Amino acid sequence: MLFDKPATTNPIDQLKVVGQPTDRIDGKYKTTGTAPYAYERHDAVPDPAYGYILGAAIAKGRIKSIDLKDAQHAPGVIAIVTAENAGKLGKGAHNTAKLLGGPEVDHYHQAIAVVVAESFEEARDAAHLIRVDYAREKGAFDLAAGMEKAVKPEATPVSGPPDTSIGDFQGAFDAAPVKLDQKYTTPDQGHAMMEPHASLAKWDGDKVTIWTSSQMVAWGHADIAATLGIPKENVRLMSPYIGGGFGGKLFLRADAVMAALGAKAANRPVKVALPRPLVFNNTTHRPATIQRIRIGAGRDGKITAIGHESWSGNLPGGEPETAVGQTRLLYAGANRMTAMRVAMLDLPEGNAMRAPGEAPGLMALEIAMDEMAAKLGMDPIEFRIVNDTQVDPEKPDRPFSQRRLTECLRLGATHFGWDKRNATPGQVRDGRWLLGMGMAAAFRNNLLVKSGARVRLDGQGIITVETDMTDIGTGSYTIIAQTAAEMMGVPLDRVRVRLGDSAFPVSAGSGGQFGANNSTSGVYAACVKLREAVAQKLGFNSGDAAFADGAVHAGNRSAPLAQAAADGELQGEDSIQYGDLAKKFQQSTFGAHFIEVAVDSATAEIRVRRMLAVCAAGRVLNPKSARSQVIGAMTMGVGGALMEDLAIDRRLGFFVNHDLASYEVPVHADIPHLEVIFLDEIDPISSPMKAKGIGELGLCGVAAAVANAVYNATGVRVRDYPVTLDKLLAQMPQEA
Amino acid sequence: MKAFTYERARTPAEAASAAARIPGAKFIAGGTNLLDLMKLQIETPTHLIDVNGLALDKVEPTAEGGLRIGALVRNTDLAANRRVRRDYGLLTRALVAGASPQLRNKATTAGNLLQRTRCPYFYDTAQPCNKRMPGSGCAALGGLSRQHAVVGASEACIAVHPSDMAVAMRALDAMVETVNLDGKKRHIPIADFHRLPGDTPHIETNLAKGELITGVTLPKPVGGMHIYHKVRDRASYAFALVSVAAIIQKDGTGRVALGGVAPKPWRVEAAEEQMSKGAKAVTVELLAGAHPTQANAFKLPLVERTLGAVMAEARA
Repeated sequence: MLFDKPATTNPIDQLKVVGQPTDRIDGKYKTTGTAPYAYERHDAVPDPAYGYILGAAIAKGRIKSIDLKDAQHAPGVIAIVTAENAGKLGKGAHNTAKLLGGPEVDHYHQAIAVVVAESFEEARDAAHLIRVDYAREKGAFDLAAGMEKAVKPEATPVSGPPDTSIGDFQGAFDAAPVKLDQKYTTPDQGHAMMEPHASLAKWDGDKVTIWTSSQMVAWGHADIAATLGIPKENVRLMSPYIGGGFGGKLFLRADAVMAALGAKAANRPVKVALPRPLVFNNTTHRPATIQRIRIGAGRDGKITAIGHESWSGNLPGGEPETAVGQTRLLYAGANRMTAMRVAMLDLPEGNAMRAPGEAPGLMALEIAMDEMAAKLGMDPIEFRIVNDTQVDPEKPDRPFSQRRLTECLRLGATHFGWDKRNATPGQVRDGRWLLGMGMAAAFRNNLLVKSGARVRLDGQGIITVETDMTDIGTGSYTIIAQTAAEMMGVPLDRVRVRLGDSAFPVSAGSGGQFGANNSTSGVYAACVKLREAVAQKLGFNSGDAAFADGAVHAGNRSAPLAQAAADGELQGEDSIQYGDLAKKFQQSTFGAHFIEVAVDSATAEIRVRRMLAVCAAGRVLNPKSARSQVIGAMTMGVGGALMEDLAIDRRLGFFVNHDLASYEVPVHADIPHLEVIFLDEIDPISSPMKAKGIGELGLCGVAAAVANAVYNATGVRVRDYPVTLDKLLAQMPQEA
Repeated sequence: MKAFTYERARTPAEAASAAARIPGAKFIAGGTNLLDLMKLQIETPTHLIDVNGLALDKVEPTAEGGLRIGALVRNTDLAANRRVRRDYGLLTRALVAGASPQLRNKATTAGNLLQRTRCPYFYDTAQPCNKRMPGSGCAALGGLSRQHAVVGASEACIAVHPSDMAVAMRALDAMVETVNLDGKKRHIPIADFHRLPGDTPHIETNLAKGELITGVTLPKPVGGMHIYHKVRDRASYAFALVSVAAIIQKDGTGRVALGGVAPKPWRVEAAEEQMSKGAKAVTVELLAGAHPTQANAFKLPLVERTLGAVMAEARA
């Protein structure tokens, strides 16, 4: 189905099932421990061998020699695979560094061997017996030091052009009566999902089946075939349940490759999970940024010049963190520029983490906006509203499909009690605590990705949906079931959803908050096909047929839906594809975050007291799962604001705090009160579902809102994330 | 994890004797720290002596009016004990500030005293660490050191002791009760129990080979206001950047011990004579000779400010 004209009324608009706060249909399996994750497929493979990955102990250099003798003779060991005996390996289109290193080592904890043994403990023990002699080389591990030599990256469809320039930025900035020129930094961050990367591989001749934890089945499928050098047809990859991803499982990783290589060498199914201390340096992370923001405005608060530059690092061939993207679209202003540069670093591969680009970009931009508002003596909400725009500021003939930022800001302000905020910092106390309020705009683009599905009807009237779409804890199973139920006119319990299998039609997958809108639109398209097949079979004109209550109706005729499949299953398969509506209209999601913090006047400890997000993101397909997405994202935003920091040892070149004891993310006690409001919005330009993404919007802007609240509480402006007490102490007011 | 043998000890003396006799033997009780370290091959015992059956799980009054805490009393039970809550509130407050409920349900009193540092280089077997591998060097010196010691450390090691409980016990003048392989008892003042790293950071306590902790004795209660103030980046389940354990009397005199700043619970009795002069005067003596890194120099003002808040709370 080609979607190239705004959606008109369609069966989804009935909202009998879609739009209802249905419980997650996979929830009962997850809460009872019966959802089988990749490492627990005892049903499929009862007696696998265990693989344990050895990670490189240096950040850059070469393996001079690798001595496997003791490991090979250790109890239980079946096989050991290294680059020396793995045979020729390719590299996946989505990988920057090789997933099996050696003799060159590209980053710390890059996999250099997998030991396969009868038990996990034996494999782990033997891995410790491998002796590796390294030739260490000097590496580049410091982004600030690498800024000068940073290069202009290639433009890609995802990252956009490295440089943009509209009007005369420099002239307008120089002439502006009120201006800001500041530097902000964001640290490297880890996805820190609950389930580590894990895979189980089983060969059958030259064909391999891989159960894994992947957000993007089609990418993983193609990339494992390319890595192993076998045809895609010889690989089946399944990922029906995923214990969190946040972008860390978008790509094929070492667990899957090493499981496949280990299984081949051992001639037996092998499963491999990354031990937690390996996850942080072996896989990808959100790269650190150094950002410079310049804003010039008239005394009326109207922005006349806005410039945003960002530097990030990556391995050779890696892409930049696209932290300037939102600045091209969020605020008005005739003169504008953005620039991205990437420095070559020898740290692990930088790549997407929830809201790549916007999350770190808004961490900087929305502090800058708060600072500008203060310079102008304006309320930060009013400053944003004055600079709102209904058109793409770079291309004024290109309107936003929907943009209700101002409504989000105003509604949030009222609901949160913004009028009680004292604009002068450091004035409000509750005992020993200094209180402050902060806010930020939320912005994340709505991405359109082709997505397919197959929908089947059987003789019992059961609808089965099959698509390689994944559910990373987001609720995909549920909203896909809701979509199919709405389209086919059946209750939810008549729908079965099967996800995450490379044997199914290729979907959008889960990433970039594009999963929900695109995958349900693909299911919509497939259901349209199935409706046609049903109508034809029952002798209805498909245009007139209404599907409701398990039956098909047209005029005064009715027939049970199941009747259409009485003498054989019917199916519809299609995908949603997009025309040029995204060129004519800018499609983005908007919101506003409000935060109240308390800062201990003695210790400068920061504790969030309450949070509110107001979101305008098209039709909300399921308010319950959408709310869960947003509150999870808000929680992640608090982590980004106050604690998350992959700390680099700049001599040794690795993230030192590589476990969950030392890489801190919020615990329950950090998040006492969360509230989410969705504006009642539909966006017919986005898709037939009239929905947009929401899972990342909830993160975008949160950290800046926290930082702005800390400023309001204490008068201390921190531009270097995370905002920790040591950065406040020196400027905190002296206590009596 | 290396293969190991395992036995259940029947008496403390038998446990001590086995530990002294068998090379590479270790006691195991709650295992909340030891098992993690074994999985990472930071600890590689060849033999585990399970002491959980030794009936050292009682909290009893002593003839001197104090309290004897069995080595196996779980952190949760100790924190909830009525006598502890009434007379040694500092201890309850320190205990509940540590770890998580699940860990406190397993962790024992003796195990808490013996827990190893959380220095991230100690935890990464690919990195040098004098505590883990004597003579290999200290990667934290010149590396990541925000959490590390500012006082009492050495050129060989700047790791901190992670316990909250032990800091309270230091302020309470606890005595560690042990038994050796001959069944002989010994009482070690908590001040002398942990060692400073010097050139031998891998030797963390003054326990002799095989010597088993059987309990901790608290002297008669001293009254006063008991405050444990733990400072950390997140609200729970994090190790202290700095913690202050204080017992402050109505006249302003009192005791102060610090966590998060040193390789052992840190107390300088002479500093307590400055209590009437305020937090700054006390801190100057407490942290005399401090040698912070650039990344943890903030702990010095943080101690002073936290102590100031504690003293203000006691006055209020």
